[in-house]
Amino acid sequence: MDAVAQWRNQWFDYTQYLRREGFLDDQFAQLKKLQDENSPDFVVEVVSLFFQDSEKLFNNMAGALEQNVVNFKQVDAYVHQFKGSSAWIGAFRLKNVCINFRNFCEAQNLEGCLRCLQQLQQESSALKNKLENLFRLEQQIVAAGGSIPMME
Amino acid sequence: MARNGVVSWRRMSEKLDLSPPLISEEAHVLAVDDSLVDRKVIERLLKISSCKVTAVDSGRRALQFLGLDEEKSSTVGFDGLKVDLIITDYCMPGMTGYELLKKIKESSTFKEIPVVIMSSENVLARIDRCLEEGAEDFIVKPVKLADVKRLKDYMTTARDVGVEESGGGMNKRKLREPCDLMMPTSPPSILPSSPSSSLSSPSKSPSPPMSSSFSAPSSPTSLDSPIRRFKMTNAD
Repeated sequence: MDAVAQWRNQWFDYTQYLRREGFLDDQFAQLKKLQDENSPDFVVEVVSLFFQDSEKLFNNMAGALEQNVVNFKQVDAYVHQFKGSSAWIGAFRLKNVCINFRNFCEAQNLEGCLRCLQQLQQESSALKNKLENLFRLEQQIVAAGGSIPMME
Repeated sequence: MARNGVVSWRRMSEKLDLSPPLISEEAHVLAVDDSLVDRKVIERLLKISSCKVTAVDSGRRALQFLGLDEEKSSTVGFDGLKVDLIITDYCMPGMTGYELLKKIKESSTFKEIPVVIMSSENVLARIDRCLEEGAEDFIVKPVKLADVKRLKDYMTTARDVGVEESGGGMNKRKLREPCDLMMPTSPPSILPSSPSSSLSSPSKSPSPPMSSSFSAPSSPTSLDSPIRRFKMTNAD
């Protein structure tokens, strides 16, 4: 089996794994559809933007949760924003943490919120790693002269 | 160059009232969303669907672009391009998409431009409110290519009829009826559902799975589609 075929197999296995474990859902495939020769780095660009944006949002959330009198509505607004962004890239697990987070906001449960924020940061970090792996695989395929398979 | 093209095309369409629409130029969409990620994806979705896009980050800027925020009112945006569709997020700081929608529908110059609302939350009351205020459609985020394909119908319609032919301000959908007579092969999405209430939008008739092929409308009630469009993902 040549290098390209091997990389492609790895790519299939890895994307299956990411789907199975809930790191990514169907929406990621939708995003890939928007990438073509006119916009060859589109997915990477969107993902980068997302992680940059999330850093800011995490800081905002942390700041809001540190206040003497916590404005839970404000925290909720940040989570809502984050949830929206994560939906675009199909970040399934992140989306789910957001749902819990918003419930804690509504219940004005500070501890729950803090736990969720930590979870968000951890999950974000994990997803970032996974995606970097995926993109690296894709680069290898392309560098070896192959084409990235379609995502189902 | 674009300005001339737009003007001459519209004049031509007024004379040849039986000719099928010749969209030789790309539709121009004004996209409004405060989130950078959202703007990036929406812009791409539109461009890949052969639309020119102007993306702004607030309702305020959208009004400025249209020239509504200042004294001078023109039918074209600052750069001379006619706007064929406005797509806006609902939840935005400052001016919400709903407020932007109202301002546009209140404007005699721009009320004919189709406005589509996007939201990550599928709240029926919100959808109803937007439709009642004159929104053409309500799309639950994340927006998909299939959604954008559907949007192109509104743009085709608006351009065929031309901005001058504004029927009353009351029922925005009156705009579609002359178009039906004009177009020999009208896609089912524009079939008049005038017997239904004024909230009906013909565009909502086709069922989502067949969004790329125009088959006959399957549901009699116009409010079905917004509900179908509810993405029942992990109980929001």
